[in-house]
Amino acid sequence: MNSHHYAVVLVFATSYAIRVEQLLNHAGMETRLIPVPRQLSSDCGMCVRIPHGKMDCARALLEENGCAFEGIYPLPPGSRG
Amino acid sequence: MKSTKGYQNVIYLDNSATSWPKPTEVSEAMVYFLAGIGANPGRSGHQLAAESSRMVYTARERICSLFNAPDPLRLAFTKNITEAINLVLHGFLKVGDHVITTSMEHNSVMRPLRALEAVGVELSVVNCTPDGLLDPLDVEKAIRSNSRLVVINHSSNVNGTLQPISEIGQIIRKYNLLLLVDTAQSAGKVRIDMTNDHIDILAFTGHKSLMGPMGTGGVIFGKRVDTLQIDPLIRGGTGSRSEEEFQPVFMPDVFESGTLNAVGISGLSAGVDWILAKGVDTIREHEVALTQQLLDGLRRIPNVNVYCSQDAQMNTGTIAFNINAMTPSEVGLYLDEDFGILSRVGLHCAPAAHKTIGTFPGGSVRFGVGIFNTSQEIDTAIQAVTQISKGAG
Repeated sequence: MNSHHYAVVLVFATSYAIRVEQLLNHAGMETRLIPVPRQLSSDCGMCVRIPHGKMDCARALLEENGCAFEGIYPLPPGSRG
Repeated sequence: MKSTKGYQNVIYLDNSATSWPKPTEVSEAMVYFLAGIGANPGRSGHQLAAESSRMVYTARERICSLFNAPDPLRLAFTKNITEAINLVLHGFLKVGDHVITTSMEHNSVMRPLRALEAVGVELSVVNCTPDGLLDPLDVEKAIRSNSRLVVINHSSNVNGTLQPISEIGQIIRKYNLLLLVDTAQSAGKVRIDMTNDHIDILAFTGHKSLMGPMGTGGVIFGKRVDTLQIDPLIRGGTGSRSEEEFQPVFMPDVFESGTLNAVGISGLSAGVDWILAKGVDTIREHEVALTQQLLDGLRRIPNVNVYCSQDAQMNTGTIAFNINAMTPSEVGLYLDEDFGILSRVGLHCAPAAHKTIGTFPGGSVRFGVGIFNTSQEIDTAIQAVTQISKGAG
């Protein structure tokens, strides 16, 4: 029933999430801003959800563009965040 | 006359206090944000909070684009430019440091600096000419081994004098100190390029020529500034690092505690977008023409003293004048009551500037020209001053 497989880009603060979202969207990647999953961080801010299969691509894009982020973490299969 | 459309039958020449009217896009953006988005930027993780955060980020981008600032995340919003300047002065200067400023500053600079001087910060105030112009070499002469900061009012709120900020920036770049520029009267009116003008820290207000609402402003840090060296003015919730009881140190959160004025920022963003679309050069051309018309007209009136350079290119549309044998308050009242012309009179929160141009303690009448003024309005204002001056003495 639930075949979602996502990852999330964690950032320092919401402004950074917007920058990450903007960059990945420009590269044609589907994203969604979601609350930071509690199991990954106690931060109460936002992170950027991406398709699990795009983790490497996202990392490369962010690094190439000097876009600060804390890390990219896979979510368990079926979890939306 | 007051109507649902506001006051229609006035000539607004108080743009140096706050710009009015605003482009319609400004109020439309604010209504849209308040009615259609409304959520807290940087808090919560739902779609409206995300949209609110996007709006704030876009505002950062637009403002940085206007000033050619290197990084939108090195912009911190404040409630006005006074708070932005206080943030830098109180956060950066320590006992034993030396700071240089000018005799044309507003009290938003002078009062915090005098308070810091009282607790052991060394202060030099460089004198300007009677027109209010600063010689960049005088700034260089004031530099000491413990100098850390130069604070310059880019354009005077008293008589509009525009300082040679790029030349000052070039001089300062040779030394190990930073340049803070107060752009309250110049942002949106003249080209400002943080990178090419060597501006390390740019403080701005939203409600003047950036066309935003009151309650908006901010500070942008250039690449030479280590923001870790600047203590925040206030600390509190930022929506980030919530597990920690210590203030985050990264930009912009370190200086943005508490919920931002997102409604105001949405209006400011629309105002800056309007400026970017119109072009600063187009705005400047219109305002210089009106300013020159006003300067020429006022100077031709017997009994009127004008305290500005005669060249409108040296001015950002703020003109100080007096009528002999009349107080500024009388002139301002007559302009308002008899002609519907709105000015500002007095000392304009800048006693040092009035001492420099020779109008302390009486002050002056001030006309502040804006992009929505017309040549016909300027003619009417000149005629009104002429008529008032005939009754003087």
